[in-house]
Amino acid sequence: MEKILDIIKDEHLTFEQRVYSLARAAENMVDVLHLDDKIKKWMDKDIICDLAEGNAPYKPRYVVPDYQKFMEQGSQFLELSKPKDIWEAVNNLLILYKHVPSVTMVPVYLGNIDTLLEPFVKDEKEDVAKEAIKLFLNHIDKTITDSFCHADIGPLETKAGKLILEVSKELQNPIPNITIKYDKDKTSEKFAIQSIKTALAVAKPSFANDEIFRKDFNGDYAIASCYNGLYIGGGSYTLVRGKLSKLALEAKSKEDFFDNLLPEFVDRITRFMDKKTNFIVEESAFFKSNFLVKEGLVSRDKFTGMFGIVGLAECVNELLSLENSNDRFGHSKKADKLGEEIIKKLSELVNEHTNRYCEISNGHYLLHAQVGIDSDSGDSPGCRIPIGEEPDIYEHIVQSAPFHKYFPSGIGDIFKFDEMAKRNPKAILDIINGGFKTGLRYFSLYEDCADVIRITGYLVKKSEMNKLDKGVAVLRDTTVLGQGGRDNSGVLNRKLRGKDEYENGSKNV
Amino acid sequence: MSEALVNKIIPFSNVDGPGNRTAVFLQGCNLNCLYCHNPETINICNNCGKCVTGCPADALEISNGRVIWDSDKCINCDTCIKVCPNSSTPKVKKYSVKEVMKIILEYKNFISGITFSGGECTLNHQFIVEVFKEVHKYGLTCFVDTNGFLDFENLPELVKNTDKFMLDIKAWDSSEHIKLTGKDNNIIKKNLEYLIKLDKIYEIRTVVVPEILDNENSVVNVSEILSGTEIQYKLIKFRKNGVRLNLINVDMATDSYMEKLKNRAIEIGVKKVVIT
Ligand code: SF4
Ligand code: SF4
Repeated sequence: MEKILDIIKDEHLTFEQRVYSLARAAENMVDVLHLDDKIKKWMDKDIICDLAEGNAPYKPRYVVPDYQKFMEQGSQFLELSKPKDIWEAVNNLLILYKHVPSVTMVPVYLGNIDTLLEPFVKDEKEDVAKEAIKLFLNHIDKTITDSFCHADIGPLETKAGKLILEVSKELQNPIPNITIKYDKDKTSEKFAIQSIKTALAVAKPSFANDEIFRKDFNGDYAIASCYNGLYIGGGSYTLVRGKLSKLALEAKSKEDFFDNLLPEFVDRITRFMDKKTNFIVEESAFFKSNFLVKEGLVSRDKFTGMFGIVGLAECVNELLSLENSNDRFGHSKKADKLGEEIIKKLSELVNEHTNRYCEISNGHYLLHAQVGIDSDSGDSPGCRIPIGEEPDIYEHIVQSAPFHKYFPSGIGDIFKFDEMAKRNPKAILDIINGGFKTGLRYFSLYEDCADVIRITGYLVKKSEMNKLDKGVAVLRDTTVLGQGGRDNSGVLNRKLRGKDEYENGSKNV
Repeated sequence: MSEALVNKIIPFSNVDGPGNRTAVFLQGCNLNCLYCHNPETINICNNCGKCVTGCPADALEISNGRVIWDSDKCINCDTCIKVCPNSSTPKVKKYSVKEVMKIILEYKNFISGITFSGGECTLNHQFIVEVFKEVHKYGLTCFVDTNGFLDFENLPELVKNTDKFMLDIKAWDSSEHIKLTGKDNNIIKKNLEYLIKLDKIYEIRTVVVPEILDNENSVVNVSEILSGTEIQYKLIKFRKNGVRLNLINVDMATDSYMEKLKNRAIEIGVKKVVIT
């Protein structure tokens, strides 16, 4: 009860954040999952973490509506008919967004907004279309105040896509997060370059390797939340994550880790996920009564679950230290090889487990390289090399690419570029092309001096973090996470690409 | 197969032509500019041995009268470069065409092409041509960064195999050029006209040095020639890092002066002007 009162009195919270916190507190008063002691023990040890999903799941963690279908059929429940022009189109979408739940209470996926709007943009004069898109994006930033909210564009160049990039740059908003689905053979170079210029200004869009995702998802897919690959018209029931970094601390030897701990880790986490999944499907009302389900905008059989991990780097380093080796992940062949053996084994173990409600992914949970949460410290995101230890960009990409194939529901790296990069965006596109050819799934970039920057998977404004530092309540709830990322994980110290790496290339004539 | 002395290779450079490029810097130059920012690239080491004893990492030794550099031991403190009386460096490696290609091919998926720079890379024109012929097989572009002091009409193979040149015009006035570099610039100007006719120039560069040069005169004359073409004009602010301060010690140009020169070039009709 004291906690409830704390929430009511907390001056740092906006009204929405307060309501959300109260709901969370209420949910956590019931125990419906009945977790066994083994799982609880590892939760106490911070080996397993439920990422604040709450004790009684009453909605899937990530909901990925088929917005294309919504544009074609409107909604009976919302009393909306098929839009006739750009104003109705953006208005319909904005209305639907208010009704799409997720772990954050607000949608984590907004659709492939360029292809959704393109038919209407084509009919309008350019300045009218631009005005509509500007109001649309600004409305999203000011009402869906959480930067896990994600919109996709591409792979094809469209008028709408170009306007979305142009307006994003002008608005300087952190929300929504944007990904361009990029395929060298489908996306025009012009559109890709515009995307890079926009990303250097506002840290978005990120680049998703369209070819790899399409193969993994048998066709179209959504990028939601941070960078999570999911099925359109479905989503993810849950995301439970395990910390490989903390698991390694339990190991007596490398063999012990592989033979005993890793199987136990997968067993406990998948059982935890089963409990949540089964509860949402069998007990909660969501799949029985929500209009999104009834109108076919999502369907139960397109959902799956996400098995997340963090801290591979620290795990590898710890296991090597048990063998008195000083080799470090990201800087030694031996360490990197051990990292890949761990992930390969993990992937095999996760794929041995089935849940009957994950038909779309052949009964399996999908692996996800989780980016960490604000309170983490000493656990690097997913399979990333720790901040401050990053090698040069080429070595970095070649080192990380082999891990990407194991993580259909998301893995990626972030590269911070020096101001000089603005002069030659094609250089960054060359690097992305090379990276994707090497097997990289996802590439994020931002420019060091920009106000909007990427923390781990989401975006914040530095200026808003500064306000929060002074104790002022701010609009976007992810700002507080950014502050944690900055203070606990030193994300501002990410290696600067450009100056150190290739400014020397400038010959002084 | 040719060989060349390589000062360094930068796998990823975003300042040596369009896109991401692997830049290969060759040792040795035929000019000696007062403001040279990497004077250690000017001469080939004459094995005098003066740098060997000062090396704190034991990375240098003399064997059979030659100075040998051990790149694994080297900690890049640059002490050797500072003590060298000959504007040279012991830190060079001889590469065959095959060896350079091996490095370039490692990066081939990540780059638009390669750029030879220096020193003055055209002194090794035969080596460059052989590398370019190989590089072109992979669909990559080949650029040369040059001071234009060799007469390119006499180097048809180099011109043919180079996609684009980046050429320095250090000063327009001949006596000023002699003061700055020790040599006249009539061939450089001739090369400028010649390469423009062939549409082989990507960028012209001029370093702006207050007090010493009539920068405006150079910018105006170059701009008149570039006017209406797609060639980029890069105006580089003189900086003190790396230069031999005993030879030159003047202040950097102000931002407003650089802007003024840029606007002048644009007025005259240059389409792309960059300041750096
Ligand atoms: S830079 Fe020169 S002096 Fe310094 S360690 Fe290397 S070789 Fe020795
Ligand atoms: S690098 Fe300079 S100091 Fe060293 S041996 Fe060569 S010429 Fe002499």
